Amino acid sequence: MKFKTFAAFVAPSLVMMLLFIAAPLVSVFIGSFQLHQPVLQEVEEETCTPGFTGQTCTTTIVTRPLIDESGNMITTTDWVGWTNYTRVLNPEAAWAAVSSLDWSALMQIDFWAALRFTLMFTLVTLPLVIGVGLAIALVVNNAAKTIRGPVIFISLLPFIITPVIGALSIRWLFIGDGILTAGLEAWLDRDLALFAQAWTIELMMMFYRVWHVAPFAFVIFYAGLQTVNQDTLESAIIDGANRFERLRYVIVPHLAPLIVFIALIHLMDAYRVFEEIVGFTSQAHVISLQWLTYDFLQPDDSGNRAFGRASASSMLTMVGIVVLLIPLLRRTWRDHKGGSH
Amino acid sequence: MSTPRAMRQPLALRLTSAGFLAVWCLIASFPIVWIAVMSVKSPVDAFASNPLDVIFGPATRAAGNGLSLLDIVVGLVVLVFAVRLALNWLPRMVSHYAPGGQMLFGWIVAATGYAVAFVIAYFVILPALLGLLNPVLGPLGQPIIGLTTEHYRAVWVDNAFYRNFINSMVVTAGVVTISLTVGTLAGFALARSGSTVAFWLLIVALGFRALPHSVLVAGYLPFFVNSAEILRPWLGEAAPTLYGQPWAVIAVLVSINQPFTIWMLRSFFQNIPNELDEAARVDGCTHFQAFRLVIMPVMWPGVITTGLFSFLLAYNDFLVTSLLLDQSNQTMVPAIAGYFNRETTTTDQVEAVAAAVSITAPLFLLVMIFQRQIVSGLTAGAVKG
Repeated sequence: MKFKTFAAFVAPSLVMMLLFIAAPLVSVFIGSFQLHQPVLQEVEEETCTPGFTGQTCTTTIVTRPLIDESGNMITTTDWVGWTNYTRVLNPEAAWAAVSSLDWSALMQIDFWAALRFTLMFTLVTLPLVIGVGLAIALVVNNAAKTIRGPVIFISLLPFIITPVIGALSIRWLFIGDGILTAGLEAWLDRDLALFAQAWTIELMMMFYRVWHVAPFAFVIFYAGLQTVNQDTLESAIIDGANRFERLRYVIVPHLAPLIVFIALIHLMDAYRVFEEIVGFTSQAHVISLQWLTYDFLQPDDSGNRAFGRASASSMLTMVGIVVLLIPLLRRTWRDHKGGSH
Repeated sequence: MSTPRAMRQPLALRLTSAGFLAVWCLIASFPIVWIAVMSVKSPVDAFASNPLDVIFGPATRAAGNGLSLLDIVVGLVVLVFAVRLALNWLPRMVSHYAPGGQMLFGWIVAATGYAVAFVIAYFVILPALLGLLNPVLGPLGQPIIGLTTEHYRAVWVDNAFYRNFINSMVVTAGVVTISLTVGTLAGFALARSGSTVAFWLLIVALGFRALPHSVLVAGYLPFFVNSAEILRPWLGEAAPTLYGQPWAVIAVLVSINQPFTIWMLRSFFQNIPNELDEAARVDGCTHFQAFRLVIMPVMWPGVITTGLFSFLLAYNDFLVTSLLLDQSNQTMVPAIAGYFNRETTTTDQVEAVAAAVSITAPLFLLVMIFQRQIVSGLTAGAVKG
């Protein structure tokens, strides 16, 4: 295929990606060093109330946003250097907390609390998703052929469900005296309030995420299991390998590229954890990095959106995902180089 | 062929394996089944702490809403009959009446018509008929399971949830068509070109896929809100405010979806032998003609699968639509957030549950019809690529 034809075919897709992915990235980068704010003016206001002897008048100075002829607020854009980043990271307070080893003080700062949760969430769910997915795949592969279809159907349901709705459906099982909370209370013989503290909410979120993603890992591992070399398995049996050793030394190495693939996808997706916060309405206890940006972007009471801080926090979020993905990308890169030579 | 003795499994292992499978199926389906059961019960029953109360719904039954034995039997019979009709009679009618090239269109018309007819027959005519029969039959006509559709009525009719549904449909239809059109072209070129540019394009697309969506939305919002002023020098008075425009949201979702779409379509195109388009080229087709006349007709499975995943992305999206669309003009998923945030009474909560089930129902149908395509789509990227 000539380059010209190639370019013509790729152009629409490329233009859309440049326009809606690359361009916003640049504008976020620039925006993170800027501050938009309404121009304020101080107005002297006299308010008078009728009194017994005469009017009581008070003069106050109020700050009002300046308004142009068409009724819009006049805003200015200033270059503020690292101010947005400092306001998000709050390095002084964070450093003070770190140097006095005060963990809870550090967790008072939204960004660090969000980073802590996002990283923990990603790293805890990763092995669980791979483990549960592999276990389901092995078990389904072991089951009779007739029930495999229905089992795959049921397994796909948690994967396909809208994330917010999935999180909600788990939440409704536990909220208040929901059916499972009631069950747990009867079993443990004590009163439980699962939405009153952070760690129980986090547990439920992780449970939800594993429930939601394990089917994806399962389907991929299941497809991989169909191509395991039967001869290698048989020779392993002849060599006296038991069931576990066959799993450990034949099946898992065969699935290794798939494990890397799932880890890659899961790292990308789990790092974006957001819908759980919405579904479990947990912002009072737990927030994630993506939710932090979302919160800055929501208009506040006076209709302003904190674009500067949102840009700064999203740039920081991006740095995080790059750091997380580097080991996996390096491995893929080496495999690619190794494969092509 | 019997399995060799060494491969045979001890009973304990087989039992553990079957047990684990049963537990997984229970965990996988329970939350979804449970919210479906909750949504048809009165608030007292839906949030009862005894599971049997939730299933049988005594309070719902006491309020006079319930299904009798007769209702259940007749309902099941009609349901089985309807499914068999859809599987046997419908395909024959479609192939009989639809002209040769218009099969797809014929199916869309037939499926929509059948769905409407089914809803009318099952939810309007049948209840009316059974309402006449039940009192006559004595004990057979007594309600045994509580069931009420009032929450669905409250959500869809009183709260006008159908508007959100229409918005969702507009956004998803737009996203699926545009991202497939744009994606197939790019996917085809990427599959057929072995150049370094193609390789780097794919790597960059993979990088784009990793971006958190909030990063992108933080880039769009300032521009979208002020776009009328920014674009005025070029477009004059016609400059639109992009914030709140459905087509702006469609463009955004298509672009976010592009990296994934081109990766998946590329792996499907790679399965189609190169010789096919070479033969077409020898016969005098241009690249584009070969693509449209020779490759696309054999690409339908891949296109349908990729379309399904585009549909899911657009349908399930919360972040982009909730930030870029106006509060009063939302799609279904962000709209439901409004429900459970304002939930003050248990009735509100059950209405939120009913809305959640309404959102899930189309997805359930989708898995039922396209299970094989979804599985093949999931494995396409991983196993071959």
